[in-house]
Amino acid sequence: MLNDKDRIFLNLYNDKGSDVVSAQSRGDWSNTKEIFSKGRDWIINEIKTSELRGRGGAGFPTGLKWSFAPKELGSRPHYLVINADESEPGTCKDRDILRFEPHKLIEGCLIAAYAVNAHKCYIYIRGEYFNEGQKLQNAIDEAYQKKLIGKNASNTGWDLDIFIHYGAGAYICGEETALLESLEGKKGLPRLKPPFPALIGLYGCPTIVNNVETIAVVPTILRRGAKWFSSLGSPKNTGTKIFCISGNVNKPCNVEEEMGISLKDLIEKHAGGVVGGWENLKAVIPGGSSMPLLPKNICETIKMDFDSLIEQKSGLGTAGVIVINKDQDIVKCIARIARFYKHESCGQCTPCREGSGWMWRMLERMAKGEASREEVDMLMGVTQQIEGHTICAFGEGSAWPVQGLLRHFKKEIVKKNNFKPLISKNKNIPYLVDQHLLEKENA
Amino acid sequence: MSIKKISKDQPKDFVFSEKNLELAEKILAKYPKDKKQSGVMALLYLTQRQNDNWIPLAAMKYIAKFLEMPYIKVFEVATFYSMYNLTPVGKHFIQICTTTPCMLRGAYKLVDICKRKISDDQNILSKDKSCSWTEVECLGACVNAPMMQINDDYYEDLDEKTAEKIIDQILNGIKPKPGSYRGRINSEPENNRQTLMDLKNA
Repeated sequence: MLNDKDRIFLNLYNDKGSDVVSAQSRGDWSNTKEIFSKGRDWIINEIKTSELRGRGGAGFPTGLKWSFAPKELGSRPHYLVINADESEPGTCKDRDILRFEPHKLIEGCLIAAYAVNAHKCYIYIRGEYFNEGQKLQNAIDEAYQKKLIGKNASNTGWDLDIFIHYGAGAYICGEETALLESLEGKKGLPRLKPPFPALIGLYGCPTIVNNVETIAVVPTILRRGAKWFSSLGSPKNTGTKIFCISGNVNKPCNVEEEMGISLKDLIEKHAGGVVGGWENLKAVIPGGSSMPLLPKNICETIKMDFDSLIEQKSGLGTAGVIVINKDQDIVKCIARIARFYKHESCGQCTPCREGSGWMWRMLERMAKGEASREEVDMLMGVTQQIEGHTICAFGEGSAWPVQGLLRHFKKEIVKKNNFKPLISKNKNIPYLVDQHLLEKENA
Repeated sequence: MSIKKISKDQPKDFVFSEKNLELAEKILAKYPKDKKQSGVMALLYLTQRQNDNWIPLAAMKYIAKFLEMPYIKVFEVATFYSMYNLTPVGKHFIQICTTTPCMLRGAYKLVDICKRKISDDQNILSKDKSCSWTEVECLGACVNAPMMQINDDYYEDLDEKTAEKIIDQILNGIKPKPGSYRGRINSEPENNRQTLMDLKNA
């Protein structure tokens, strides 16, 4: 278990208050100027050597992302955008940072803005987090008052303005280009990449988009050194991470732990174990709803970091661990996730718009045992026709959980679903929408 | 993409109150001068707060003029995002999260209570017209499941009893206390804290 002295978010449960004075007593804002004096290249290099990977789901190296911003300021201003549109089912880490550690985020914004040459920073918060947004706004006002941000922020000679922009309940706006569209006052439809936002982003200007947790850990990394950060976890998967453990556990909670902690430890030690005991475990979704689930036998030994989970054809994602025990119908659980994606698809690409609803309807029938055997393979076909055929990664996000279900629990589904085709033999009806009801040779 | 129903009863006119006009100017100051359109989402929120929790078409036209953008673009935004109500909802607007993490911990029991106490179907006003409920997707408080949002506040760690109590209070015009209803502190593991012990005891 991670030592308390190595934790970054000391106020994760709000023991001490989130105002600027108590934040300073925890070490925030203590030597911002000194960090600035070491220069932009040092900051980016330090983040690169710390091997910090983005905490928003994709795990892209943060230092590398920052280095994509143009080195010299051209005719267009640069922007820093913080993605606080946390909507992935199973994830609620950013909420606690916004509520209880806002000054870590604001200080991180200042340093990151300097590193990427930006004087304006927008924080895009999901609309439902209205109270959390107000708390962050209070913290920003405090920081302005103390001259920590604003003109000549913290005496560094750098100017920075931070603004909050509220979303309005669209999951897709967590995708970085959709987020930028939404910031520009449009529908949140993802853009084609390239060009990447680092060159052409908000208002056509170079823009760096980072997750809340990524930015909030930056000041501590620079203060304590990249070596300290990379000594935690394993190479390429360094540092600490806030895990959100929800679902069928006795004590659901958020906890900051070292990368690469074993899943079993996480559930047994921190979350008080699975409801009904470890033997009652059915499956775990390790990284927010978009990641394929893992059955119990893999959960015994799996380590929670990016690369170990990819080896098991899943992923760390946002580290939202959803535990499902044997009292639940696993097909129903995934069907509900499929309904989530059907609801949240932005409708821009046909495979995702149509496929997400199709998967949901099939899964609902499978949960009731009303599907035919052929449909189980057809479902796999549908997922494969969605993934990789859409503008953004939402397609993968909706297809992977279903693929995970089929990969590990196909036998169970097939056993339950042997519905006979309704219309059998010699009836070739080309207009019939529900072709699956026909026998195969006629279909 | 949410399916939006637009109210048949539409008021003819809409203008911002003086207070909201001031706020609107403040919002526009956040964005570059020639990018007024960025303010559209925030202005729709202001409208919703001013106009009993819903946005009439007249308001969209007003905002379009205010921001010098085409009306259809405002309409697009208002229909795309699920938090804008285009038809009247209750003064107390209850949203119940039923996505998987909440479902696993019994969110549908809360739905049943709402059906019993408020109205048979979602988005239908209660008898006294003060309250309506709806099922929504993940509200981002998964470790505090099941939960519901009433207007701006989160009510967490619910069960049948506490949810029923909250809704009774709402229907009687009392504002219930937001936060966890099992008395735990924020998102810490209840009675099982292993971390940051000296801070807790300090």
